[in-house]
Amino acid sequence: MSLFSGKNREYLLGPLSKNNPVLVQILGICSTLAVTVKLENALVMGLSVTAVTAFSNVILSLLRNTIPNRIRIIVQLVVVAALVIIVDQLLKAYAYEVSKQLSVYVGLIITNCIIMGRIEAFALANKPWPSLLDGIGNGLGYTVILAIMGFIRELFGSGTLFGAQIVPQGWFVANGGAYMNNGLMIMPAASLILVGLIIWIHRSKNRDLIEK
Amino acid sequence: MDRQGNTYTILYSIVLVVVVAALLAIVSLSLQPLQNENKQNEKRQNILSAIHITSTPETSAKDFEQYIKEQYIVNSRGEQKEGDAFSIDIAGEYGKPADQRQLPVFVAEVDGAKKYILPIYGTGLWGAIWGYIALDEDKNTVYGAFFDHAGETPGLGAEIATKHFTDPFQGKQIFDNAQLVGLLVVKGGANGVHEVDGISGGTITSKAVETMIMSYLSYYEPFLKEK
Amino acid sequence: MENLLNIFVKSIFIDNMIFAYFLGMCSYLAVSKTVKTSFGLGIAVIFVLVITVPVNYLLDNYVLKAGALDWLLGAEAASIDLSFLSFIMFIAIIAAMTQLVEMIVEKFAPTLYNQLGIFLPLIAVNCAIMGASLFMQQRGYANVWEATTYGLGSGIGWLLAIVCIAAIREKLKYSNIPAPLRGVGITFIVTGLMSISFMSFMGIDLSKLKGDKAETETAIQASPAQQTEEATTAIAEADLEAVTEKTTE
Repeated sequence: MSLFSGKNREYLLGPLSKNNPVLVQILGICSTLAVTVKLENALVMGLSVTAVTAFSNVILSLLRNTIPNRIRIIVQLVVVAALVIIVDQLLKAYAYEVSKQLSVYVGLIITNCIIMGRIEAFALANKPWPSLLDGIGNGLGYTVILAIMGFIRELFGSGTLFGAQIVPQGWFVANGGAYMNNGLMIMPAASLILVGLIIWIHRSKNRDLIEK
Repeated sequence: MDRQGNTYTILYSIVLVVVVAALLAIVSLSLQPLQNENKQNEKRQNILSAIHITSTPETSAKDFEQYIKEQYIVNSRGEQKEGDAFSIDIAGEYGKPADQRQLPVFVAEVDGAKKYILPIYGTGLWGAIWGYIALDEDKNTVYGAFFDHAGETPGLGAEIATKHFTDPFQGKQIFDNAQLVGLLVVKGGANGVHEVDGISGGTITSKAVETMIMSYLSYYEPFLKEK
Repeated sequence: MENLLNIFVKSIFIDNMIFAYFLGMCSYLAVSKTVKTSFGLGIAVIFVLVITVPVNYLLDNYVLKAGALDWLLGAEAASIDLSFLSFIMFIAIIAAMTQLVEMIVEKFAPTLYNQLGIFLPLIAVNCAIMGASLFMQQRGYANVWEATTYGLGSGIGWLLAIVCIAAIREKLKYSNIPAPLRGVGITFIVTGLMSISFMSFMGIDLSKLKGDKAETETAIQASPAQQTEEATTAIAEADLEAVTEKTTE
């Protein structure tokens, strides 16, 4: 059995589009919406979630035959919470600025449904290697959506990308131009509407996902 | 051993908790110095930016030493006492009654002129806002200002942290004939030495800045009046 | 008292869990198909929030924070900072409390229990519950009553949001929506529009709720209080304007 057999590749790549955790499984919405005002924050958040999903999947897959059934959920939460604390501490030490902007949303990775969802649905029934791939795949699927949202919201909301000015200064009304940043883009409401639109586009391409 | 039995469950939980706790304690202890360093560097950078010195986390300690010549603590009656003004937690002091607060003063020297840097703290639209305001030697003319916030609306209230908002503070005056008036943040068309332009769409935060400056300067008032 | 009312109103309308912070979206989307079930889940969320926020507040202030163990170990304990454990402690309390609520509901309201089915255990991983505890920690409420009020207000805000969207979705069933947008897609967009309308609550002048006293901060000094009072009225109007400008654009 090769490490990247067809089935394993499916675990890794499936969540990027066909089985995307955000668009199709509708998991992990909270942070998708809240941290995407800036592209950089969105990417850091995406990678943090990917790391936590991957490690928690592996650890729980290794432990899956030892966990007493009655305390299953608690054990999962403890492992995930411990991993999130480690991520939080690392961010505070090495990416201080970003960790300040993400504030409570780092802690909320614990309750990100993607992580618990993948543990319950996959890691507890599979070997460590496929679990790792599944974790990374779902984490990346989540990151992709975050990145798209971050890109649109930062570009149209602030005229910047990764903090660098993209829309020329001269275009702005303040400098005699005719352009204004779209203030709605940085409001919470815009992200909800944006996810709605992304789901719309995604489902018109994958018509089998349409509800009812 | 019976995997669903009580003994197994309890043993399992104990082992898990001990392992996790030990792991977290190690991670936390080993990263703590770095995290504290980050916090202190940020504070130094913030203080320095009130006197228009842009510093990086790497150079902040050196710059701070170069510019900040003296630091002490005053109380709301203007009495001065020695102490480590830098380590005072402004947010913590904010929770105390006004007459018990320890008020730090940083004295900087820029091009031979003395500047007083005073920390300020208050509540914005969504959460805490804070900053530093630098005064010239006359303790009246503003030399510079710095503001930051916990979570004001990006693009609106959050603009208080930008140079665009803080630069016009320079040269404004906080006293009107020995009467403390603070700085008024007005909506468009600021004129006069006591007014600065607010942020369009971020009115609540702009006003919160005004209130914060006024209330903090009033605690410092006895200190500011003594020449 | 005024302060409690302030926190209460703010946490329901302005800092609404769903519309301002998107917390608890998973169950919000999954359970909001009928008003009845949504209401049940909303009540369960309020219940869990009212218990967990104050418990976590006490835990944070008397065990975890730097210097919080003073009451037990004396002043030497000031250097003990366990706040890195807060995530794990909060989630443990939440999980335990949810289990408790589940058992109570099962015993006393079996019909509700059957309807909520798998969603009750999911409250443990409902971001709104964890989020409320984290926001409580971040905002540093002064006492346990403020924390409880915040928990209650957030819960009511969440209930309000989910019941509203459930009512809208019941009607949406009869609308002719483009096929790919049906279900979740349109729910997101409707929630976005509701969020815009909730933004208008930002203009509420909370100082008016508190009688004639201005903010506690300014109440200390006599002279600027009057001025602030006038100022806040002006702000409220101005910001409403600003918000409506923004939204109509």
